[in-house]
Amino acid sequence: MTGAQILIECLKREGVDVIFGYPGGVVLPLFDKLYDADIKFILTRHEQAAAHAADGYARATGKVGVCIATSGPGATNLVTGIATAYMDSIPMVAITGQVKTALIGNDAFQEADVTGITRSITKHNYLVKDVKNLAGIVAEAFYIASTGRPGPVLIDLPVDVQLADTEFIWPEKVEIRSYKPTYFGHPGQIKKAAKLIAQSKKPIIYAGGGIIASGANVELKTLAEKISAPVTWTLMGIGGFPAVHKLSLGMLGMHGTAYANHSIMQSDLIIAIGARFDDRVTGRLDAFAPHAKIIHIDIDPASISKNVKVDVPIVGDAKNILGKLIEEIKKIPETYEWLEEVEALKEKYPLVYVNRAKIAPQYVIEQIYEAARGEAIITTEVGQNQMWAAQWNKCSSPRTFISSGGLGTMGFGFPAAMGVKMAYPDKQVFDIAGDGSIQMNIQELATCVANKINVKVIILNNGYLGMVRQWQELFYKRRYSYTTLYNPDFVKLAESYGAAGIRVIKKEEVRPAIEKALEIDNTVFIDFHIESEENVFPMVPAGEAIDRMIGGMA
Amino acid sequence: MRHILSVLVENKPGVLARIAGLFSARGYNITSLAVSETLDPTISYTTMVVETGDEKILEQIKKQLNKLIDVITITDFTKKEHVDRELILIKIDYSLKDKVKLESVLSKYAAKLTQHKEDTAIIEMAGEQEEIKNLLEDLKQFGIKELVRTGRVAVSY
Repeated sequence: MTGAQILIECLKREGVDVIFGYPGGVVLPLFDKLYDADIKFILTRHEQAAAHAADGYARATGKVGVCIATSGPGATNLVTGIATAYMDSIPMVAITGQVKTALIGNDAFQEADVTGITRSITKHNYLVKDVKNLAGIVAEAFYIASTGRPGPVLIDLPVDVQLADTEFIWPEKVEIRSYKPTYFGHPGQIKKAAKLIAQSKKPIIYAGGGIIASGANVELKTLAEKISAPVTWTLMGIGGFPAVHKLSLGMLGMHGTAYANHSIMQSDLIIAIGARFDDRVTGRLDAFAPHAKIIHIDIDPASISKNVKVDVPIVGDAKNILGKLIEEIKKIPETYEWLEEVEALKEKYPLVYVNRAKIAPQYVIEQIYEAARGEAIITTEVGQNQMWAAQWNKCSSPRTFISSGGLGTMGFGFPAAMGVKMAYPDKQVFDIAGDGSIQMNIQELATCVANKINVKVIILNNGYLGMVRQWQELFYKRRYSYTTLYNPDFVKLAESYGAAGIRVIKKEEVRPAIEKALEIDNTVFIDFHIESEENVFPMVPAGEAIDRMIGGMA
Repeated sequence: MRHILSVLVENKPGVLARIAGLFSARGYNITSLAVSETLDPTISYTTMVVETGDEKILEQIKKQLNKLIDVITITDFTKKEHVDRELILIKIDYSLKDKVKLESVLSKYAAKLTQHKEDTAIIEMAGEQEEIKNLLEDLKQFGIKELVRTGRVAVSY
């Protein structure tokens, strides 16, 4: 078999059912084989979108997302998408073409040192120089991408290797001597954790994306209910715990709920699970949760004690460890008074917004949630739209809130929504966007229409790069430096691609427009003209302690 | 404080770049780095000297190195009984009249005069850091023209 055939055979054996990508010169042999391969291929209109779509597919399913691009500019266009997946620990395999092995290093046409460029944004990467190694490398790439702390892996495949012939040998088992992720937590550490929990009076659970990655949402709920501890989560942890649960505190951090931030600051024990104490969560580090001991469960030892000092570290898979921890907890802490305190905080600092003359963006999010009966999968762009979606969509199941957390990539949500829709054609998929973000990958309208990938794009249109404008308003004396947007007519634009467009100016039109969009069997842009200077509150100013919030209090 | 890390890695292309990239991306400093093949040609032995006063950073360096797929094991020799050596070549000003004086300096160390030509001599020594420092001090009187060091290599029991 040729290298190209081997690659496709490997992808099939890995269970890949859809690939997102874009052809080019040095991947011609591969595309020739893809032409009649039994794998769906979605031609995006930009390689970056292919990477985000593969990422969205992976986030929605837990499976490895796959994207393909040609050498040079094709590969460099993937870079933002790969980095996005890396920061959020998303399993992905990116395949790039490369110039002929004999030309590598010669500044050949469309040559870029892609393994060099992506070294710091991949979990691992490969340059395949010999077709004999190809099958083994593909198997390793999928194994590395999907095990341990997941992440993207890149395979750079020169054109002559795609054409070279060899016998196909599929490695049934992947064994890498230098890569042995830890899955089972140390029993002694789990005992210590159970003891700390028993002694605590004010425990709080702080859940991150690791809950989603390991599928530990059931165990998380069991633990929280068993020890009666309130649960707060990160942006990446949304959906890991039901937002409507009585122990739920919502998201914490810079735009978290005030009661989540106050609660964690007053807690005496933080049980951190699959979260990494990121600066957007902790705020000023030396002021963070001063009375709390910390139990930190994470599959990546490098995440432990990186930012905060941890009392009981437990390295391993969250689902496994929580299962054992739940068994180990014999004595239940007395948290009745603590829960009353937390309830009082909820009453004192509720999450609120003000209805002004124009449409409130928060209201739009609430209406989407209600119209879709909480069953839609939401993707977001980055900025105010993302934070409003995180605050107001009462997400209750894992893998239904899909957002670029670590890298904060504008332009992520729309192509990610395509990936989600490919995975779940029967689900409603909404991209919550801003008028800025949507224009970063707006060309994907063509991909959606051409492939009948029907997603609903909610444009919260305020005529600004809203989050930057908000910071300029609050910290730069309202000097709106290059944050005012000239926008196209989004309705006509969508229509010109063959999609549908709806413009919504009045508040009473919000719900009917969403209902109408849900009926339309096509991709729909809904252009909501919202209050132009609405802010995301509450907000912790950068570098402040997280209980020093501004705005949003009733 | 200086720490010696011994790191076993896969002997594959790009491994050194991964290590160097990790250090630069995360802002760590490498004082020296020595790499060589081991008895098993698929494994390379790396001795790294890193300088940091912060225990937390050292922990992160070790953990981040461990995350690299091609890194097999990391051993911190700092608190472990070990032998470490560095090879140094020193080019000094030299004339025959210095011969006796130079020999008496070199005899204090495990150093030797490797070659000399007209006005230049090359001294070599493999030794511990303290010895090397002292040797350099003693050789200053002759005029050091150039010196080159391999970086430390270390092994423990």
